[in-house]
Amino acid sequence: MPCSTFRRPGRLAVAALSVSKILENMEIGHNVMHGQYDWMGDPKLNSRIYDWDNVCPGEQWKYSHNYIHHTFTNILGKDRDIGYGILRMDEDQKWHPYYLGNPVYAFLLMIFFEWGVAMHDLEVENIVKGTRKMEENAQLHRGIMAKVKRQALKDYLLFPALTGPLFPLTFAGNAAANLVRNVWAFNIIFCGHFPAGVATFTEEECENESRGHWYYRQLLGSANITGGKLLHLMSGNLSHQIEHHLFPDIPARRYPELAVEVKQMCEKYGIEYNTGTLGKQLFSVAKKIVRLSLPNGKPKTSPDATASTADETAAA
Amino acid sequence: MTLTTKLLGSKTLAALTAPHGVDRYLEMFNPMWAATEVRARVVDIRRENPEATGSAPVATLTLQPTSTWRGHRAGQYVQVGVDIPGTARRFTRCFSISSAASLPGERITLTIRANDEGQVSKFLVSEAKVGQMLHLSQADGDFTLHESAATPTNNHLVMISGGSGITPVMAQIRTLLRDGYDGRANRKITFLHFARSEADQIFADELAQIAEADNHIDVHLRYGDQTFSEFELRRLVPDFRNTDTWACGPGGLIDLVRDAYGEENPRLRVEFFKPPTIAAGNAEGEVSFTRAGETAENTGATLLEQAEALGLKPEFGCRMGICFSCVKTKTDGTVRNVLTGEESSLPDEEVRICVSAPVGSCSVDL
Ligand SMILES: Cc1cc2nc3c(=O)[nH]c(=O)nc-3n(C[C@H](O)[C@H](O)[C@H](O)COP(=O)(O)OP(=O)(O)OC[C@H]3O[C@@H](n4cnc5c(N)ncnc54)[C@H](O)[C@@H]3O)c2cc1C
Ligand code: FES
Repeated sequence: MPCSTFRRPGRLAVAALSVSKILENMEIGHNVMHGQYDWMGDPKLNSRIYDWDNVCPGEQWKYSHNYIHHTFTNILGKDRDIGYGILRMDEDQKWHPYYLGNPVYAFLLMIFFEWGVAMHDLEVENIVKGTRKMEENAQLHRGIMAKVKRQALKDYLLFPALTGPLFPLTFAGNAAANLVRNVWAFNIIFCGHFPAGVATFTEEECENESRGHWYYRQLLGSANITGGKLLHLMSGNLSHQIEHHLFPDIPARRYPELAVEVKQMCEKYGIEYNTGTLGKQLFSVAKKIVRLSLPNGKPKTSPDATASTADETAAA
Repeated sequence: MTLTTKLLGSKTLAALTAPHGVDRYLEMFNPMWAATEVRARVVDIRRENPEATGSAPVATLTLQPTSTWRGHRAGQYVQVGVDIPGTARRFTRCFSISSAASLPGERITLTIRANDEGQVSKFLVSEAKVGQMLHLSQADGDFTLHESAATPTNNHLVMISGGSGITPVMAQIRTLLRDGYDGRANRKITFLHFARSEADQIFADELAQIAEADNHIDVHLRYGDQTFSEFELRRLVPDFRNTDTWACGPGGLIDLVRDAYGEENPRLRVEFFKPPTIAAGNAEGEVSFTRAGETAENTGATLLEQAEALGLKPEFGCRMGICFSCVKTKTDGTVRNVLTGEESSLPDEEVRICVSAPVGSCSVDL
């Protein structure tokens, strides 16, 4: 937000709350729930105990993110973070007229990102397709509803009520802060996973995958954002998505140090180290979302689809 | 006070601070404010054996707990969490409370021997300063008296302790004396303590006073190679096997005491600072620590010991199955709880590795 918008104290409050929610979700929540700080022995920063300020229950997120996404990163059909079951984010996802709405869905996902993340596990699209039964969701659903209730109660009822006559303002302020956080988180995450040049993999390619190939897949399947210290902090150091995918349980503030060596390795073995400014990566992601809304959204050059086997020796 | 605690513990406040606890916010204003957690400020540190040459220094820390402290019964212990500077992490260890039984919010003391190679005890004895904050658990343990000054019986009691094992026993004696136990009660206590030397004896002055006063407490202090003998105990308390006894001290002492009292004598209660040594069970197969990529022959020892033998440094606190800081996921195989003998073979089960020994082959995510 430009400084000129801080004309009213309310705006300042919204900005402060947004920053706090962003830090809490990204630099603290995401990283603590990855177990990055378990070694500290502090129960408040323990991945088994921590839950974040977000409608997605930490318990479920740890399964879908820590386990599914981080293990099967960018494997089509396995990593549900590719398109979140809503978007077409890869050429190899079969086109369907439904995907004409890709930019609209992406926009909505951005606005309601925390809700998208919370619903992620319910695999609604598979229920629509009939490959998943409603009953399988009962347990998850209960968890989500309990969390949603608590979050909504505090953001949209209790805190506004505490401010008495300012109820509507506080209500709107809290909603705005959640919105700002959603937009920011969505953009950081999409820039880490979907700019041009990020590779995806098929299940066959990853059958009996070696440990070396796993690291190789993590490298090719992620992208970084360059920027100053503030950007890294506000993105929970997910601006170092490559390092995060390689070493998800190392305290994230160490990623800038790791990045130096990772980059050298990539240069040595001629592996693409996908990085760029926030602007460049955002543009690239936006382009992809639009391009893939149309059929045969094949890129002109597809450097990575074949790269994955060619450089296998490098990975080992 | 109670209204504040009620308010702080209320659901409404919890809803406002969701998903984090109320304590997370209170602590920022004042480390002594707490709604559910227990913390304590060190208000005094006193060296107990300034003359000691043979053994490690012992100090008594007086703690002012937060109002959330629910009090303790004599003989109970607390888990103490310490953020050791320079390590950025918190270590948890158990310490018996050495002061008389406390009421909610009341001060307590811990008497700690600095273990030469130990991390926590050394820090608390020689580096902690007045003002230092510690994390506490509520008091726990059932090495407690059922006697009290207020419930007159004429039971004879025996207390046996060695080294820093005197702490829970001292808490019991102090409680009885504070609550009016005196010579007229006609209840005898025989207190037998073993220390390395006179200079190493902690609480020496207080013990001398107790011995002199007219209170029916007989204090017998033994130093150096005057070790425990059944013969001596029989001389002091002829019918000791039928006398309620509390014993706390090093493993060697406890083993001797146990032998004297006979198998599973219900009159004997013991407290361990270190887990009892239990005969190793079935030691076939291999143990794998999957994260570290280490595999070795199963020696029958606990998973924690086997991991340490391989040079791994898993987290632990009490090493006796009470604090849960060593919990790891056993991904495959069967483990036996060395305290209860119970075996379990559930896959992906969270086990306390300090009290779980593998039965046959076993894998742990460590
Ligand atoms: C119920 C209970 C009550 C207790 N009450 C008291 C009390 O009143 N007073 C008191 O002084 N103590 C008491 N203790 C003991 C206390 O909890 C600690 O065990 C003791 O103080 C040593 O802790 P430390 O952190 O200093 O040592 P630790 O760091 O735990 O080390 C202890 C020993 O283990 C060895 N060790 C440490 N790490 C490793 C490793 N990775 N591999 C191999 N060996 C290792 C060390 O060399 C050292 O000899 C009590 C214990 C229990 C369970
Ligand atoms: S170390 Fe305390 S339970 Fe294992």
